[in-house]
Amino acid sequence: MKPKNEMRVSFLSCSANEGFARATVAAFLAQEDPTVSELADIKTAVSEAVTNCIVHAYRDTIGIIYITAKLWNDGVVSIKVRDQGCGIEDVEKAMEPMYTTGGDERAGLGFAVMQSFMDEVRVKSNPGKGTSVTLRKRLERRPVANG
Amino acid sequence: MGIRLIWKDGTLTGLLSGEIDHHTAKEMREEIDGTVEKMRPERLVLDFSEVQFMDSSGIGLIMGRYKLMQALGGRVVVANMPEKVERIVSLAGLDKLAKVERGVVSHETEE
Ligand SMILES: Nc1ncnc2c1ncn2[C@@H]1O[C@H](COP(=O)(O)OP(=O)(O)OP(=O)(O)O)[C@@H](O)[C@H]1O
Ligand SMILES: [Mg+2]
Repeated sequence: MKPKNEMRVSFLSCSANEGFARATVAAFLAQEDPTVSELADIKTAVSEAVTNCIVHAYRDTIGIIYITAKLWNDGVVSIKVRDQGCGIEDVEKAMEPMYTTGGDERAGLGFAVMQSFMDEVRVKSNPGKGTSVTLRKRLERRPVANG
Repeated sequence: MGIRLIWKDGTLTGLLSGEIDHHTAKEMREEIDGTVEKMRPERLVLDFSEVQFMDSSGIGLIMGRYKLMQALGGRVVVANMPEKVERIVSLAGLDKLAKVERGVVSHETEE
């Protein structure tokens, strides 16, 4: 199946780009007329995935973050956030709530937030090569107002 | 956008505004910690009423201030959370850690 629309963007892993990334995805999704709360959920999940690339994948370096967003005919949006950073040794463990390698200022809740705000979160990782996180959510179909 | 600090009768209030993510939390953290270490408040109130966006970096911000205040023998109060902020905070179970208050009027106590 082919998506009905697709957007790709890549940018450097500077923390200033966290706001850029979620705003860009939100701007692309606007054509689907999502609800305020759907948009807030997706922006939060994208922010978590992108922040993980900046904080963990490219911890002491600057790398490139790739986002691909797709709109499907059944009202599903999928957003893939990919890095070529350090990778994750044990994905299952990394996804446990409160697990963090980020020290005192991190809560270890990023994956828990993504899972609670999206319908599906898929993580693929190769240690030493990088990680991709795919987020999916079906948007509520609202009746089109007449006139 | 960012943070304003208000000091009154042993209480330090941080009026947070705009978007809280890993990028913006850094400045908020530095502002709060610098003033807490200097003024040693009994109570630190984090007021979220003007926050438009927050991800888990905001949870880290609250938890870190909780630890700091605990080490100094003080308390943290989390106040005026909009619904989206509250969803993340309850996901973290933070409502059990720090005191949560509604209807705190920190803006009006400004000089
Ligand atoms: N893109 C990534 N590359 C490498 N490691 C990652 C990546 N994403 C997550 N991790 C690992 O998974 C752990 C859990 O991630 P999660 O987002 O749940 O929590 P956190 O980032 O540590 O804290 P928080 O998101 O609450 O600030 C991280 O501490 C890190 O070890
Ligand atoms: Mg994270």
